Amino acid sequence: MGSTHHDPPADRPPGGEPRRDLLTRLAALTCGGLATLPPVLAGVWTFLDPLRRKGAAAAFHPVAELEAVPDDGLPRRFPVVSDRTDAWTGFASDPIGAVYLRREKGSETVQALSATCPHAGCFVEVDPQEKCFRCPCHNSRFAIDGGIVPPSPSPRAMDELECRIGPGGEIEVQWQNFYTGIAEKKARS
Amino acid sequence: MSTPTPGPRRGLLGSLADFLDDRTGYRALVHEALYERVPGGARWRYVWGSTLVFAFMTQVITGLVLWSSYSAGAQTAWESVYFIQHEMAGGWLLRGIHHVMAQAMVVLLALHLLQVVIDGAYRAPREVNFWMGLVLMMLVLGMALTGYLLPWDQKGYWATRVATNLAGLVPAIGPSLQQVIVGGPDYGHHTLTRFFALHAGFLPGTLIVMLAIHIALFRKHGLCAKQPFTKPDALFWPDQVLKDAVACLAVMAVVLGVILVPALRAALDGRPIEWGHLGAELGAPADPSEPYAAARPEWYFLFLFQFLKVFEGWGASGEFIGAIVVPGLVMAVMFLMPIVGRWRLGHGFNIAFTFGLLAGAGLLTALAWREDYAARWTDTAALADVQDLLHETDGDEEKIAAALGNDPVKQAAFAARRKQWDGARHSQAFLDAVDTAHADARRAVELAGRPERIPAAGMLDLLRSDAATQGPRIFAQHCAGCHAHVDPSAPGAEAVIAKSSAANLHGFGTAAWARGLLDPALVGGPAYFGNTAHKEGDMVSFVQNDLAGNDSWKPDDVAAVVAALAAEAGFGDGLDEAVVARGRGLVADGDRCGSCHTFHDNGTAAGSAPDLTGWGARDWLVGIITDPTHERFYDGSNDRMPRFGTADEGAQPPLSAKQIALVADWLRGTWYRPAAAQ
Ligand code: FES
Repeated sequence: MGSTHHDPPADRPPGGEPRRDLLTRLAALTCGGLATLPPVLAGVWTFLDPLRRKGAAAAFHPVAELEAVPDDGLPRRFPVVSDRTDAWTGFASDPIGAVYLRREKGSETVQALSATCPHAGCFVEVDPQEKCFRCPCHNSRFAIDGGIVPPSPSPRAMDELECRIGPGGEIEVQWQNFYTGIAEKKARS
Repeated sequence: MSTPTPGPRRGLLGSLADFLDDRTGYRALVHEALYERVPGGARWRYVWGSTLVFAFMTQVITGLVLWSSYSAGAQTAWESVYFIQHEMAGGWLLRGIHHVMAQAMVVLLALHLLQVVIDGAYRAPREVNFWMGLVLMMLVLGMALTGYLLPWDQKGYWATRVATNLAGLVPAIGPSLQQVIVGGPDYGHHTLTRFFALHAGFLPGTLIVMLAIHIALFRKHGLCAKQPFTKPDALFWPDQVLKDAVACLAVMAVVLGVILVPALRAALDGRPIEWGHLGAELGAPADPSEPYAAARPEWYFLFLFQFLKVFEGWGASGEFIGAIVVPGLVMAVMFLMPIVGRWRLGHGFNIAFTFGLLAGAGLLTALAWREDYAARWTDTAALADVQDLLHETDGDEEKIAAALGNDPVKQAAFAARRKQWDGARHSQAFLDAVDTAHADARRAVELAGRPERIPAAGMLDLLRSDAATQGPRIFAQHCAGCHAHVDPSAPGAEAVIAKSSAANLHGFGTAAWARGLLDPALVGGPAYFGNTAHKEGDMVSFVQNDLAGNDSWKPDDVAAVVAALAAEAGFGDGLDEAVVARGRGLVADGDRCGSCHTFHDNGTAAGSAPDLTGWGARDWLVGIITDPTHERFYDGSNDRMPRFGTADEGAQPPLSAKQIALVADWLRGTWYRPAAAQ
């Protein structure tokens, strides 16, 4: 197969100048490495861009009127609506999450619970018959006040959100996402 | 005699081949590739590797063509997949093959692995190749996982949320890893573009390189032949190739079979074949604000999904163990197999481990299915007492114990039955969610096919403005607490109506509804005013006294009023115009309806009873939902109905104008229907 026109370099005795040989190798590696570095670095730089991106800062959003949450202790679900951006697209008043609001009999204070399951992020639903929350994914169960009902795979209770009554009497909720799957309720920034 | 000389006439092709061989040496390569010796002859047991290569090639071919029509983006991914599946020629088949072959590949991987382990083909000198095989397996699973998200439908979206949240559990780098995979703090465009780059670029690119090395190493070491040999050695081409090709054909036949079975069934049942719905499913577009209780991964990942439930009650460590530690350990054991397998006992362990693993995964999958479908075979009627007791006691453990006479035997029996009841309810929620998901998916496809096409804002935007989809949801959340919405003639309707505390709004505005309202036997019942503050009101007493065999109201008159009301609501098609006109006169008449109700310009003062001008029409419905206390409607005599569209200064009303319009349209049954269905 091999052509006989040129002597393959391997047939030559090893060069008699080890110093020069080492230098050549080092230089070859350096040049090759330097040439490859820019695309790799540029690639990694851009690929890791998402790490710089921050989610929307936690802020209070008006969610519902007080009367919309009957004081029967049962949670009602409301979307949290806010302007949001998805990379280059901007959305005006788009649902960014959902909360459960509930009020005890005769109470003016509202409890707000995030509808995101602290186990792995599915959407928790209310079971009005059993007066509890259930997660449809891995059967985590939560009491009506968000407390965990053992045995559940979720590591913690449902995430309670800060909540206040705004100047016009409407309920405002501080929307936040939390890390799932850990015991600690840690906000994502 | 004479030395063989090159044939005098080799022809153009022959010379070209010679030329090429001289420059490339391809003949030797081809020879090496095809004339590999197969010790002991060709066998069926050697086909698995080849079927996997075939499956991968199928994915490359179908994938590239899918790629050429796919658009990764939160407002274009679902839309482009819809277009492929439902509008492009043969798109359903292309997508179907890609989808089903992916599943076949997972099955073939398992078989290939099983075969290698049983035959001890991982032993020296093939260890490195075994490890390469494991890496290949992970790459294939990675492609399956990333591919699931690309249509950007509800099931892909929610399954991916769970999967990426689990990635966040990796120690130390978890949260950053998750953010890099997701492409930012939230799911969106960049989640799709990244998953697509992984699915169609990084992963298959790596796979091709690894596969080349895997096959080269396989050739270097030769086939791990199974003793004893019963037949003489054969050559790879054509003996083994024939067997491989037959196996590939069989795989393809199974894949096509899976795709076409529903069509065959439809044909046998005499139903029309819906080609667009064959092959891979396309759910409703992903909606982060819409709960999706049917979220499940693909069936071959179901065991991992189910595995997370095993750690119920373990607290925070459970999920970490289930999602990271155990799968990590299993992979570690598999990587160690070639080393462990050097000893006889070790080889036995490897075989047992692999079988155990497959059996465990099978068991978990079966458990997951059983849990999800339990409601299909659980006799919930027989468990009604459990529900009753839970209701009576409000689920309070002490009260339950007391009700059972504090008898431990009874308590244990109750606990078991409660678990069964619980399971059935959970499963029912899943099954209902699957039904809703199917209905939503169908509706999305129906809407996408409108002559106006999909708006630039995407399918989700359109679906969120669709009365047929959103009406029932808004109604369920805001209206169903008081109002029923059931066809009175449907089985079980009576019980639902009896429980409601306001009128049954099914068919509101139609002649049938108005007829019931003016029926002395019904007006005071639960379907109308029976469970409201108006039960003893003027309207009820009027219908019960004046319309029941009173001389001033003939049956004809009532029928005319019914017709007039239906016509006001816009449901007057097919009604006799003369009757409608007479009815309108009766309604306006100051001595009849008009004594309380305003009707067009009959001069009756607003406020004493709802204005019947345009009763039941869209505008009227929107008005009453927005503010029932308005003088045009109930004014001061409004029962408990909230103002859904107005609020005090500075506060937000419970429903937006758009949502109210959606409920109104849904109640009136006015939404887009494709021409064929009309
Ligand atoms: S995500 Fe809720 S139980 Fe797993």
